[in-house]
Amino acid sequence: MPALADALLTSATAGPLVHQSLIDFNIAGLGRNFWGLTVEGLTYGAIYALVAVGYTLVYGVLRLINFAHSEVFMLGMFGQYATLMLLGFSPSGNAYDKGILLTVLYLGIAMLGGMAVAGGAAVGLERVAYRPLRRRNAPSLVFLITAIGMSFVLQEFVHFVLPRLTGGTLGGVNAQQPIRLVQPEVQFSIFGAPVTNVTLVIIGSALVLAVAVDLFVNRSPFGRGIRAVAQDPVTATLMGVSRERVIMLTFLIGGILAGAAALLYTLRVPNGIIYSGGFVLGIKAFSAAVLGGIGNLRGALLGGLLLGVMENYGQVVFGTEWRDVVAFVLLIVVLMFRPTGILGESLGRARA
Amino acid sequence: MYRTARRASGGAALLLAATLVLAACGPQSQGGDDSTEESTSEGESESGDLMIVPSVQIDIDGAEVPAAEAGEPVDPAGDGSAECAEGTAIAVAGAFTGPNAALGLNIQYGAQLAVDAFNEANAGCQVELKPFDTEGDPQKATQVAPQIVSDDAVIGLLGPAFSGETAATGDVFNQAGLLSLTASATNPDLTGNGWTNFFRGLANDAVQGPSVAKYMTETLGYTSVCVVADNSDYGIGLAEQITSGLGDAANADCAPEVKTGDKDFSAAVQIISGSEADAVFYSGYYAEAAPFVQGLRDGGVDLPFVSADGVNDPQFVSQAGSSSQGAILSCPCGPAPEDFAATYEDANGQAPGVYSTEGYDLATIMLTGIASGVSDRAGLIDYVKDYSGEGLARQYEWDDTGELTSALIWIYEVE
Repeated sequence: MPALADALLTSATAGPLVHQSLIDFNIAGLGRNFWGLTVEGLTYGAIYALVAVGYTLVYGVLRLINFAHSEVFMLGMFGQYATLMLLGFSPSGNAYDKGILLTVLYLGIAMLGGMAVAGGAAVGLERVAYRPLRRRNAPSLVFLITAIGMSFVLQEFVHFVLPRLTGGTLGGVNAQQPIRLVQPEVQFSIFGAPVTNVTLVIIGSALVLAVAVDLFVNRSPFGRGIRAVAQDPVTATLMGVSRERVIMLTFLIGGILAGAAALLYTLRVPNGIIYSGGFVLGIKAFSAAVLGGIGNLRGALLGGLLLGVMENYGQVVFGTEWRDVVAFVLLIVVLMFRPTGILGESLGRARA
Repeated sequence: MYRTARRASGGAALLLAATLVLAACGPQSQGGDDSTEESTSEGESESGDLMIVPSVQIDIDGAEVPAAEAGEPVDPAGDGSAECAEGTAIAVAGAFTGPNAALGLNIQYGAQLAVDAFNEANAGCQVELKPFDTEGDPQKATQVAPQIVSDDAVIGLLGPAFSGETAATGDVFNQAGLLSLTASATNPDLTGNGWTNFFRGLANDAVQGPSVAKYMTETLGYTSVCVVADNSDYGIGLAEQITSGLGDAANADCAPEVKTGDKDFSAAVQIISGSEADAVFYSGYYAEAAPFVQGLRDGGVDLPFVSADGVNDPQFVSQAGSSSQGAILSCPCGPAPEDFAATYEDANGQAPGVYSTEGYDLATIMLTGIASGVSDRAGLIDYVKDYSGEGLARQYEWDDTGELTSALIWIYEVE
């Protein structure tokens, strides 16, 4: 949240000095790179989608936009990084080469580490920040402000406190020196667009996780509890569903997925592990959730993929500096025609 | 449901424990490389053996200037017979705290070495180096400047460090007649204010852009260069100068702009890989340049990578790893000679950085002035105005505006 004003300012002032024309309509460039951009966009979109699930579930259950979720994602990045360090990897700009099996194993463990940290952070956040407010029946605006405040707290914790606690190895002003286990290598081409191993891993893992969470929410008893509370908290409580447990579970799922997304994101962007690294991505994921219909699980997944792809097309057509603008303009345009998002708002209820 | 969940998490915990034990066996080695060699280098954060090493000096036409028959650099210690009033001091102003503290401290540490060497040799003249922290912020600097001016012991100022704060405080120092000798403020406009007290100890930005552009076209022989700019003042300004300096060699179809804070540049990489360019110039800072060059290499683009002082930082190499190999980085700052680097590291526990040598050289100039008998602010300005001498980084001699008479740019290479 903190950098919102900055981000808006910088994107508004981006580069009108060098170009003669502010926006170049490079349709030819889009045609030339269409499939490459699509693949890249899907990769990014898959990560947006996983983070968007956290926003959408919490909104569905609590009617709360959890702006601190981007920081949960950021903590997930540090979590998987710390796990890799515990496994004996030392930071270096170069990629390790462990062979496929070991690499997958290590990445799996790192993902568990990221999930543990992010899931723990999300549940802790709920305990420390939101539960006391619920006890006091605080109005929803207070929740929103608290979320923004917690976002600051978590960022500055990693910015200033974490380096003290870890002797400077984690956190601080600079991005973490990357630990890379996978070197992107082109595996095959689709319509001339190279598909790398990293792309495959990201899209594949994201799909598996998305299907898993969808099954969990729609099929399992826990999921039924979540849907029940989303539909009607009072009746759900009367029917013996523990609201507090459902809320905790919701934050946990969101956090776990953010942790998984964090690992996938660092595969793609090894240098992205920095205290401010979650913010823009979080806002995009939130947009993705709104785009698909906030509160709607499948909407979040669809919105994420769509946003990732459109954003990539947009930055070639309009110029790379317009990337964030494209994402938000798309959001506004969609909301003008479908105010509740593409698939509509529903986690359990049909809303009027 | 419950039971399966518990069993699954139990399994995961077991797996985790097993691998932690495995991991305890020792650090992971970089596959492929012979790890024995690597373990000998103790630098825990250096990636392999890559370093930014100075290669040549170039002039504004991009031509290589052979290292001058380097006369002996002036020794701050002098002949040890200097006499001066007790409490004589020189000030150093810059960012010593805050996000840009590294640069300010580089200058301060360099200057402190010179002062220490002087004080040790000259028992009859003990000069104090007084640091004034501006945090590199023009607003803070305007509050600090009067403190410096009103300190009667201060007869010369090393700084301010950054262009913004220099522009904001220059008038105060000029009116007070206090020498302002900057080791790092490179905005070309600063010397156009008519300040008689301001001297710049290195080449300005208007020299760097054209020099590097010409170096790319004339010396390196590139015919089509993608100029990538970030959206900072520095990045945009430098990109303009590079683009105009390149002339026809600037590839207009391939000039993606990126944003500071971005970490993923896949679209820019796509644009570059789809172009016919034969080199890439990045105009911005190391925080984005490192992932950018990594993205280029991962995307299969092996074009030469050229950038300027914003990227000339060890962090660039440690973040980008082997992708940074062969990168060509310019800087108006001079490299640290070996002896100096060793003394500096002993004293400060870190290797000299950008502008450390300038800090040392400029402090040395003021100290030799004091040793020659200068005892007031006006005298020190006159002394510097007529100064001509060799330093660690370069020959120092100023023209009427306060610019160096021969301003050269250093080219560094990552290898």
